[in-house]
Amino acid sequence: MARICAEGLRIEFPLYHFGARSMKKRLLGAASRRVKADAQNRVVISALSDLSLTIESGERVALVGHNGAGKSTLLRTLAGIYEPVGGRLTVEGEIGSLIDHAAGMDPLSTGRENIRLRALYRGLNAEETAALEAEAGEFSGLGEFLDVPTHGYSAGMSIRLAFALATAVQPQILLMDEWFSAGDADFMAKAETRLEQLIKASEILVIATNDMNVVKRWCNRVIRLEAGRIVRGGADDGL
Amino acid sequence: MRGPSMPRLDHYFSTDAANPRYAERALADLRDGLSQWRLALALAQLDLRNRYRGSVLGPLWMTLSSLIMLIGLGLLYGALFKLKLSEYLPHLAVSLIVWQWMAGFINDSCTTLISAEGMIRQMRLPYTLHALRVAFRNSFVAAHSLPLIPIIFLIFGQLPGPEALLAIPGLVLICINMLAGGLLLGMICARFRDIPSIVTNALQLAFFLTPIIWKLELLGDAMVWMALNPFYALIETVRGPLLEGGGPPLAWLAAIFYTAVNVVLAGVLFTRFRSRIAFWV
Repeated sequence: MARICAEGLRIEFPLYHFGARSMKKRLLGAASRRVKADAQNRVVISALSDLSLTIESGERVALVGHNGAGKSTLLRTLAGIYEPVGGRLTVEGEIGSLIDHAAGMDPLSTGRENIRLRALYRGLNAEETAALEAEAGEFSGLGEFLDVPTHGYSAGMSIRLAFALATAVQPQILLMDEWFSAGDADFMAKAETRLEQLIKASEILVIATNDMNVVKRWCNRVIRLEAGRIVRGGADDGL
Repeated sequence: MRGPSMPRLDHYFSTDAANPRYAERALADLRDGLSQWRLALALAQLDLRNRYRGSVLGPLWMTLSSLIMLIGLGLLYGALFKLKLSEYLPHLAVSLIVWQWMAGFINDSCTTLISAEGMIRQMRLPYTLHALRVAFRNSFVAAHSLPLIPIIFLIFGQLPGPEALLAIPGLVLICINMLAGGLLLGMICARFRDIPSIVTNALQLAFFLTPIIWKLELLGDAMVWMALNPFYALIETVRGPLLEGGGPPLAWLAAIFYTAVNVVLAGVLFTRFRSRIAFWV
């Protein structure tokens, strides 16, 4: 069973490569909530503070909030990229993340080479690689463009390939950022069907979005973030 | 095909700021990174291919530039030091090619983590993988100049005896240093952005302070002090077996000592600060 459990999660981004001293004066002078000094007196941006939540199997969670509220940071923390400076996080289950579609793509390689590269990232064997190649090649509908370097692709084509690659595995926990809405109508219809399958089969979905249609169609729980804190839908108030 | 410990997707992970388990997770990073050597190899090959995309000679440029450098430096300094070419060129070939391998790697390892920023921020991958990629990439580059060594040996009839096999532990020492150094410099340079410039300058100086274009004998009595130079010690573990019947024991001891220092330093820093790297790049 998949499960995500976070207690008192805190993520801070230190501002290293700027003139910290002058900035400190400027920023800390004003009564700021997000920019503060940490224990070692460095200027840090508090991206997530004291965040507690439990997501059980079967929950489809929408993370909503303004730009900079901490949605993407929370997704990346759940994916294990950022390690919290405070608090505890346990994630049980296979994670699949659709956070950035361009991640792990080499623009000078052809579409096919990129598929093989992705197979290596995932540690697939020869058989599974061939399967991924056939599957992603078919789904992306790129045809002859599959043997063209991806830097020659249009934006829509890159997204199609990225989407095909990202959704070719069935994870238990699916983490998604809202990037997948740039294909043409034909592809979007295909993508939605694929996503629906994926979401149905995943035990947990966490999606960062502000699109209320997405929330209504796919989610059964809404967590609203504001300035790095949960203001609604966290551990305390079961929604 | 797939190794038993090859990670596919994460099944479980847990972090607790109050109990960070630094050592356990640094070791897991090392283990996972090494088990993904196939990926590191593929990425290194891509790097090289992309660097020489559209070039006619491609990676042969590396062979050619080493050859030109050998001929130019060989003729000039052979004459300056009044050494016979049959003595001087084999020395220069081994020294210069091993030096280029190490120096190229050190320069490159400053950006091990900085240049992997995109990957680090999007995917949970072992950091060891990035160090391995840089080590592979520079070893590929060096491999293109490597054939020059046997060719020059053959031309001058300077064939080494069975003690040449000792060069293998020498190469292993260099490889260990590369992996540790890649992580160490990669981390320090990600955190302090002035270090890459310092490293470039230090390397330029080290090239002249190390017996590469000159021979150690020219130092006379002062040559024992050369053991203080880690570059000399490491180059000597390869050059000694190939040219001098094994190399001085002092150089070997020094090379092992410097390797140990490097590994311990990299181990300590990596263990303690691994979890901060994603915030540094």
